[in-house]
Amino acid sequence: MLIHKWLTTFGRYLMLMGRTFSRPERLRMFLKQYVKEMAQLGVNSIGIVLLISFFIGAVICIQMKLNIQSPWMPRWVSGYTTREIMLLEFSSSIMCLILAGKVGSNIASEIGTMRVTQQIDALEIMGVNSASYLILPKIAGMVTIMPFLVIFSSAMGIVGAYGTAYVGHVLAPDDLTLGLQHDFKSWFVWMSIIKSLFFAFIISSVPAYFGYTVEGGSVNVGKASTDAVVTSSAIILCSDVFLTQLLS
Amino acid sequence: MIEVKHLYKSFEDKDVLIDINTVFEDGKTNLIIGQSGSGKTVLMKNLVGLFDPTKGEILYDGRDFVGLSKHDKVMMRREMGMIFQSAALFDSLTVLENVMFPLDMFSTMTLRERTRRAQECLDRVNLKGADEKFPGEISGGMQKRVAIARAIALNPKYLFCDEPNSGLDPKTSLVIDELLHSITQEYNMTTIINTHDMNSVMGIGENIIFIYEGRKEWQGVSSQIMGSDNQKLTDFIFASDLLKNMRRMVIENGLHVMNENKNRIQ
Repeated sequence: MLIHKWLTTFGRYLMLMGRTFSRPERLRMFLKQYVKEMAQLGVNSIGIVLLISFFIGAVICIQMKLNIQSPWMPRWVSGYTTREIMLLEFSSSIMCLILAGKVGSNIASEIGTMRVTQQIDALEIMGVNSASYLILPKIAGMVTIMPFLVIFSSAMGIVGAYGTAYVGHVLAPDDLTLGLQHDFKSWFVWMSIIKSLFFAFIISSVPAYFGYTVEGGSVNVGKASTDAVVTSSAIILCSDVFLTQLLS
Repeated sequence: MIEVKHLYKSFEDKDVLIDINTVFEDGKTNLIIGQSGSGKTVLMKNLVGLFDPTKGEILYDGRDFVGLSKHDKVMMRREMGMIFQSAALFDSLTVLENVMFPLDMFSTMTLRERTRRAQECLDRVNLKGADEKFPGEISGGMQKRVAIARAIALNPKYLFCDEPNSGLDPKTSLVIDELLHSITQEYNMTTIINTHDMNSVMGIGENIIFIYEGRKEWQGVSSQIMGSDNQKLTDFIFASDLLKNMRRMVIENGLHVMNENKNRIQ
């Protein structure tokens, strides 16, 4: 029964995506919405991304220094592990999980409210493909802005690690620099960006589905918003396993 | 003109519309009346294509709407305007942007022309000075006027209104009724209004369809309501003691009821 429900939901999601990825009726209107969504979903998230990344970078560096560093380990190991964790997992996957909460609930509640207040019906009556008009700019905007958020997050994590070195004196800045530069593989940056593109699609499309298909009133919009965050977070975690295996 | 022929609509086992046959005429305010849950909104949603009928035909000037392809239905919807019970204005757009929206989507006008047309529509509904306000910043009556302005921006042939007076005070309701009536005549549209506001029924009802438990129970004009012997209709229209007594006095004493323009209603 549960599998039947999941398959039905998945089928409806695919059908909605089919309507979403159709040619926009007016390119001018699409571009206007696209820029607006990039600002609303992406640019407005830069602050929280930088804040979290700074402190996580600092905390990872301290934890590595306290728990891994020993006389048997080279002194640059804290910097090296901080860089790898930030680049490979935190900035791409964990940051996307955080954004699934912020952006996902925003998308689901916005579209859900439009549904229950008949704004989507109004679009349909006008002859507008409401799925394409509302959802496509959000997906396109999120996929465009996400690589920048990942790069900002990685950079800010490293700034946080330097903070522990210069301000907290947890480790020597030279050791940290050595670790950050040690055995650097540029593919890891690309891997992080590729993963984030998939996650950006999930973060924007899954909550859009939950919002678009909501029925009832404000209670159902709230429930759809919660379901959207939980489901997109679970899908991000599952797909992270496959993507990491595929791209490593 | 919109013709409805043998229209049925069911949800699972429940029959909501049963064999509806009627004609909605051009240049007239056609009213659908009935109790809550009688099927009025479902009928309107069938007419505009938000629901697909279980059986039956809907003909727009002879064109079968039900049998059209999805693409053709979308194209035909561009000839329709709709005013929702909640006005359904776009929260993120200003009043002017709301009215400009259909023009932005479907017209080939320049920005200046689109703005001018939107201003004309807002002037037509007597709404000035609210261009830059958001829907949340204006009253319910003003929201309904913006919805009317948006609905007529593209000169639709068919105008649908789902309980346009819902949530408005009686005086504002009369203003909205009069506006819908005059716009209908001015643009020679086929206007269909879902309502259970008796002021609307007696004031602007040029063709009234009474739906009772999913069936068309009665059809006529407002002047025929007072003398109708249809028990279900009179029970619905004259629900309060005041109206029941008024009707009895009118019939017993052979009185006439006039509207504010001194036109005889009964």
